[in-house]
Amino acid sequence: APCPQWPYCRKRCSYCNFNTYVVRALDEAAVRACLVREAQTLLRLSQVHRCVHGMGSEWAQLRPSCPPAAPHPLPCSVTSVFFGGGTPSLASPGTVAAVLEAVAGAAHLPAAAEVTLEANPSSASASRLAGFRAAGVNRLSIGVQSLDDAELRMLGREHTAAEARQAVEAARGLFPGRTSMDLLFGLPGQSRDAWGQRLEAALGLCDDHISLYQLTLERGTALAAQVRGGALPAPPQDLLADMYETARNVLVATGFRHYEVSNFARKGALSTHNLSYWRADEYIGVGPGAHGRFVLRGEGGCSREARVQTPEPITWMREVQSQGHGTRSRAVLNPLQQLEELLSLGLRTDEGITHERWGHFSPQLSLQDVFGEPEEARALQQSGWLVLDSGGLRCTWAGLAVLDSLLPDLLWQLQRA
Amino acid sequence: MALAGRAALRWGPRLPSPCPAAGPLCRPAWLPAARCERHYSSRGQGKLDMSTYPVESIRNFSIIAHVDHGKSTLADRLLEITGTISKTDRNKQVLDKLQVERERGITVKAQSASLFYNHEGINYLLNLIDTPGHVDFSYEVSRSLSACQGVILVVDANEGIQAQTVANFYLAFEAQLSIIPVINKIDLKNADPERVEKQIEKLFDIPRDECIRISAKQGTNVEKVLQKVIEKIPPPQCNTADPLKALVFDSTFDHYRGVIANIALFGGEIAKGQKIVSAHTKKRYEVNEVGILTPNEQPTHKLYAGQVGYLIAGMKEVTEAQIGDTLFLYKQPVEPLPGFKSAKPMVFAGMYPIDQTEYNNLKSALERLTLNDSSVTVHRDSSLALGAGWRLGFLGLLHMEVFNQRLEQEYNMSVILTAPTVPYKAVLSSAKLIKEYGKDEITIINPAQFPDKLSVSEYLEPTVLGTIVTPHEYIGKIITLCQDRRAVQKDMLYIDENRVMLKYLFPLNEIVVDFYDALKSLSSGYASFDYEDAGYQSADLIKMDILVNGNPVEELATVIHKLKAYRKNVVAKCYGGDITRRMKLLKRQAEGKRLMRKIGNVEVPRDAFIRVLKKETDK
Repeated sequence: APCPQWPYCRKRCSYCNFNTYVVRALDEAAVRACLVREAQTLLRLSQVHRCVHGMGSEWAQLRPSCPPAAPHPLPCSVTSVFFGGGTPSLASPGTVAAVLEAVAGAAHLPAAAEVTLEANPSSASASRLAGFRAAGVNRLSIGVQSLDDAELRMLGREHTAAEARQAVEAARGLFPGRTSMDLLFGLPGQSRDAWGQRLEAALGLCDDHISLYQLTLERGTALAAQVRGGALPAPPQDLLADMYETARNVLVATGFRHYEVSNFARKGALSTHNLSYWRADEYIGVGPGAHGRFVLRGEGGCSREARVQTPEPITWMREVQSQGHGTRSRAVLNPLQQLEELLSLGLRTDEGITHERWGHFSPQLSLQDVFGEPEEARALQQSGWLVLDSGGLRCTWAGLAVLDSLLPDLLWQLQRA
Repeated sequence: MALAGRAALRWGPRLPSPCPAAGPLCRPAWLPAARCERHYSSRGQGKLDMSTYPVESIRNFSIIAHVDHGKSTLADRLLEITGTISKTDRNKQVLDKLQVERERGITVKAQSASLFYNHEGINYLLNLIDTPGHVDFSYEVSRSLSACQGVILVVDANEGIQAQTVANFYLAFEAQLSIIPVINKIDLKNADPERVEKQIEKLFDIPRDECIRISAKQGTNVEKVLQKVIEKIPPPQCNTADPLKALVFDSTFDHYRGVIANIALFGGEIAKGQKIVSAHTKKRYEVNEVGILTPNEQPTHKLYAGQVGYLIAGMKEVTEAQIGDTLFLYKQPVEPLPGFKSAKPMVFAGMYPIDQTEYNNLKSALERLTLNDSSVTVHRDSSLALGAGWRLGFLGLLHMEVFNQRLEQEYNMSVILTAPTVPYKAVLSSAKLIKEYGKDEITIINPAQFPDKLSVSEYLEPTVLGTIVTPHEYIGKIITLCQDRRAVQKDMLYIDENRVMLKYLFPLNEIVVDFYDALKSLSSGYASFDYEDAGYQSADLIKMDILVNGNPVEELATVIHKLKAYRKNVVAKCYGGDITRRMKLLKRQAEGKRLMRKIGNVEVPRDAFIRVLKKETDK
């Protein structure tokens, strides 16, 4: 699943510490050319390595049992593309089309492939969205964040609640059943009641997918500085936990499946692309600061690599222009590291980690071998936070809400196995 | 909180000094010696024309480092290379002027210097902006950094990353500055630059190949540092055509010329004769002199947007040129630069003369000493046992110790200093008290004035985020020490095979007395410590009672905190780009589990958990 990054924003949000840039004048044609070139290069590189399911998740349906080095007669096909950022909806539909064309030119891009674009309400007019649809986008993720003007101002967002509503409504018209919205909770000063109201408003507006994030105060952001300086109150942990609990109960009662720690879907509208992250599938990152994980099968090995593209757009462009891609770092993940990722990501989903998937990463030691011993995992099972059964290893309903507190124990047990 | 060592830049002594070594002949004893040179600055020379340095050719930067990692030596080399001071200087070690500075190595007053450097045919103006060397002065540091676009982060090739390195890095990181990592002292026998590069990569996410290995002492690779400054640090973003907007990032008091304010121009230009206004005090002044520091004051015709220098404008007290204030032209007001706040004292202590007949002498010494340090607050106070005295407020512990030491050394004053306390807050519930104070939240700087808990709905106490870097063999003892001080662990990380960084949230009250000494003694001097302000937290009512009575606090608080930890969030966004970062954090925590187990006896035993739970449910 290629995930092209558009690192530019019109304004930096007060809570954001992503790799984003606000520039006055942008040479979009040059950025577009580089995104296209890097996508082509990385796709070509991957096909040199004859990935079977290696580039699997993004190029072909995952077939966990297929032999590692089997030559594949067909060109790889792509199951999903995700345009993230930054604010990719600031890019022109032409740029999105050009990247998709590059993907389709270098690999098989079936019509059914999920193509998501992250959109900001301030750059999501109906005509613009129609342009993205014509370019090949078939799923939209809208950064609504809040439906309250005061909260939006505190977050440094450029849009009002009314504009967010318009954007979601326009998106639902163009992408029915395939529009997601992002919501934030735990804002400084936000009360339990205020959150209840936001949630209600969101339910009245949303389509079949909601992503719910607790606001994280990241060092280096304006909002964190205000909280640290005492200008804004820090939300108490207990209140945050209550807000989360309220939200998941309300959403499940209205027909949503809580399929990942911060994601809810109904009518099967799960995000295929994001599921691939949490299943520790492979994906390729294109654009400044993009991250990727993929297996290179060139020498008959099974080395899954973590790749990061150069974050600074200017340097990245220079590198793409001179060598076809701007990979800043490549690190081979050893088997333990791969299992650590699988464990930490897989447990975020309601399905957890199946025996089959675990076995794919760990042919020798089964889930039972690692976590069946009377140690941490067993204690966590007895406390009612974890389940290990014929389906695999997964969190209970209660466990999902405290996963971060369970993982250090589980990782430590894994490291000793 | 590095309480020992030498810090900061001192160029003064290097120059032929007209002052005799002992102060009184040339200056009043209570003036910092560095000032005396200013009367003899090179004012006779022709004034410089600064208009030949447009914004694109300016770089404003700072050097940050743990004490003794070579910040001042590197600064000296940069000054030499650029011809700012003569290379023939034979000083290997900079002499700090004040006795207290020599002994403790604190920059009480920062100095700055403008360097001229030709690189690939272009003349650059490089402004090296000094920062006070200690986080007690973190507000001042952050103001100094706000005049910069980048920093040189110096780390000792032998000692590696220390607590102050971490604190300084975050100040620069939060200001979103370009960071140039430099590994110094590679000439030392035990230097291990590779290990330090790994630490830097692990802790700060800066790729190893970006580190520059230097020996500031021998001058190795120092030129490379200057080139990186030009390449990597962006020029300031401002315009001479805009109205004047100048940030005051430091100020000093000169007995003859009044206040000398160090300024950075964020817009416009400034020249002698202009009328300016302080955004904070609204007072109006006429500019008498502007110039740059090389590092002596050198008058110039004007200063332009992006440049850094000094200004003299008839200000009579340092409080008139408060750090963080914005200056603009009379009748051309601008939006003040963000972040201004008055210095906020965090540690208070009572000060009394040993003999009441010394009261007036002590009073005048205090007045003189605070003339140059507006961050010390003074309130009259009296005690039945000690008589008339003052309650003084300081930025931090080190600040307090320095002040006291100067009082003794420079004024020969021996005083009684009461145990330091921290400013608590109380949210009042009693209508009578609310009326009396005119507000429902009060700050208590004197324990004797503690309102009774019956009229208070909540007490709040100040906290700090402490960073400790230590060889791993001492972790067990250090963790126990921190837990004894009611600290909550926030992070634990091996920065290499045998050094560990610990982060704890401390109630400030718990470290003001003897924490640093205890830490040093149980680590045989190897652990370093630094802290930063972390705001107020609610303090247990009962606990406050115990605390006021001076009894130790029971362990229960820590245990309850542990239980709550299970409710911490997991709902942060977690997609492709975040996975690496998230894994890093989780693995740190798993490492913490491993350490806890290894150390033994530190983690609360299982049955204690259950006992506490029972207590809770019984209530």
